Amino acid sequence: MSDGKVTLAAGGRRAGIRGKMPIFATAGPVSFWMMIFVLLPLIYVFVISFMTRTQYGGIEYSLTLDNYKEMFDPLYLKVIWKSLKLAFFTTVICLVVGYPLAYWIASKPSKLAAKLLMLVMIPYWTSSLVRLFSINLLVMPNGLLNAFLMKLHIISEPLDILYSDGVVMLGLLVAMLPFSVLPLYSSIEKMDKSLIEASKDLGANSVTTFRKVTIPQTMPGIVGCTLLVFIPSLGMYYVPEMLGGGKVMLVGTLIKNQFLVTKNWPFGASLAILLILITLAMMWLYTRIGKLDDLEVC
Amino acid sequence: MSEPIVTLKNVDKYFGDNHVIKDLNLDIEEGEFLTLLGPSGCGKTTILRMIAGFEDATNGTIMVQGERVEDKEAFERDVNTVFQSYALFPHMTVYDNIAYGLTVKKVPKDEIKRRVKEMLELVQLMGFEGRKPDMMSGGQKQRVAIARALINNPKVLLLDEPLGALDLQLRKQMQIELKRLQKMLNITFVYVTHDQEEAMTMSDRIAVMNGGVIEHLATPDEIYKKPKTRFVANFIGESDLFSGTIKAVEGDTAVVETELGLCKMPAEGFSTGDAVHLCVRPEVMQYSKEPVEGFSLQGKVKNLIFVGAQYRTLVTMENGYDVKINRVKQDASYQEGDVLYLHWDLEDVVGIKA
Repeated sequence: MSDGKVTLAAGGRRAGIRGKMPIFATAGPVSFWMMIFVLLPLIYVFVISFMTRTQYGGIEYSLTLDNYKEMFDPLYLKVIWKSLKLAFFTTVICLVVGYPLAYWIASKPSKLAAKLLMLVMIPYWTSSLVRLFSINLLVMPNGLLNAFLMKLHIISEPLDILYSDGVVMLGLLVAMLPFSVLPLYSSIEKMDKSLIEASKDLGANSVTTFRKVTIPQTMPGIVGCTLLVFIPSLGMYYVPEMLGGGKVMLVGTLIKNQFLVTKNWPFGASLAILLILITLAMMWLYTRIGKLDDLEVC
Repeated sequence: MSEPIVTLKNVDKYFGDNHVIKDLNLDIEEGEFLTLLGPSGCGKTTILRMIAGFEDATNGTIMVQGERVEDKEAFERDVNTVFQSYALFPHMTVYDNIAYGLTVKKVPKDEIKRRVKEMLELVQLMGFEGRKPDMMSGGQKQRVAIARALINNPKVLLLDEPLGALDLQLRKQMQIELKRLQKMLNITFVYVTHDQEEAMTMSDRIAVMNGGVIEHLATPDEIYKKPKTRFVANFIGESDLFSGTIKAVEGDTAVVETELGLCKMPAEGFSTGDAVHLCVRPEVMQYSKEPVEGFSLQGKVKNLIFVGAQYRTLVTMENGYDVKINRVKQDASYQEGDVLYLHWDLEDVVGIKA
């Protein structure tokens, strides 16, 4: 058989796959799965967020907006505000720490870069609970950190940092950092490096080049990193649970408590809907940024 | 002659153990169109990148306008580059791309506007200000890249195979346009290409490079007619080479002894006993059906080929080598298998020291 025929046959087979695979065989199973386990529960959460809680923690099917009004209680507003703040700072720190790391990895030859990325990921093959416990052990009053600082006579009595906002944020950072490095790495790695040379050639120093060329060119990675870190940080409940004790209350913990402790499902559901709305708002903002970029043409 | 605008003195460049530029000296005159020509990997782009400031020379000195530039970063040098890939900023419009150099130098907005307009006119892209690069064709992108470099009034414009990605038609058109721009603006162009025709068309001088050294630096005419080395003779155009030794020098004529017999060439620079490659261009190779007076080398016509612009005859010599003869018109007086006697006029050939 000639080469030409082989190629033709291969081409024909490929065209066959494209033509004959029906959509329910390819996207079907996942769609089905998502429908049963994501969409339906979501609709259920949405519906009960407008229901009334019965005296004994059940759900009474009468429509009300009380669950949403309850959020405006200063107590809960404070929790929401604190959650937003922590998620925001976690995101900023992830960007500030993750970007240089991603840039450094991207500047290495691809084989070495793959190994370095592996090093970033390896710690995340252990259970996140184990990692959080280890942070817990590290910062607790008779933990390693305090022992170390006291040995060096930097402090005279143990720092009471476990169950503080700072440690919760540390936990969020540890949980989120690899997710910030990956999108940043991929967009930095993809960037045409001759653009940086062109910028310098045209008289821009390193800082200007970074500001006017590198950042806009890696914006997809920056936005991706922001979404990947901000959204999960906002709803994360096991980190504040384990590192914040009862002291640091975030939206995630609040929702969990509504469902499992105080048995107020409708209020918990409304808080979950709030988180979803914030997420959607971020996504909308993201597409807006994309559009604005195109509008600059005029 | 005034002081050279760019000088490379004893420049060496290593990438690891790889010695890519070997003790290279080059003076580039103000206002000239100089082409670095050579096969890929000969170091031509590395030279350009060292002048631009993207690579440091391992040894040696690079001067621009009589000033050493080793300690200057790329953004501090008065040279601009047109990149092979254009390297236009995809997130900026054509206007912002062209304005970039002036914007980062904080030139007043009104002046930027005026200069960008001038540049757009110069490269004939009026009305394209608002476009993004990915909405433009290769030729248009190329023009933007040129305008973006020229707006800075560089002392020297460095061009790294700028036409490599364009199709043949457009490339020829851009060659003429680049030459026009260079003459009009009177800016020194240092141009890198592996395309000898391109180099011939545009350059005032060509530096033919091979293996990290300049083998021949001269005008296109001289490089073609009097190649200095065997590499240059083979790389630029086509040539028939005859190797031998000088047997005798008689006045202006040297007699060369080759495997095929005795032949003649100009004696200039040679003395008896020198090893030599005699270079004859296929279009000036003469032939006859009978031996001629003086000298002639016997061969047999192997085949006749029509190569588009000309007809080529391959003649197999007694030692098995094929010699090319190119003519614009076909000569019907001989056929495959006929015996031909080759000879040439002395002024048409050149000897290359072996």
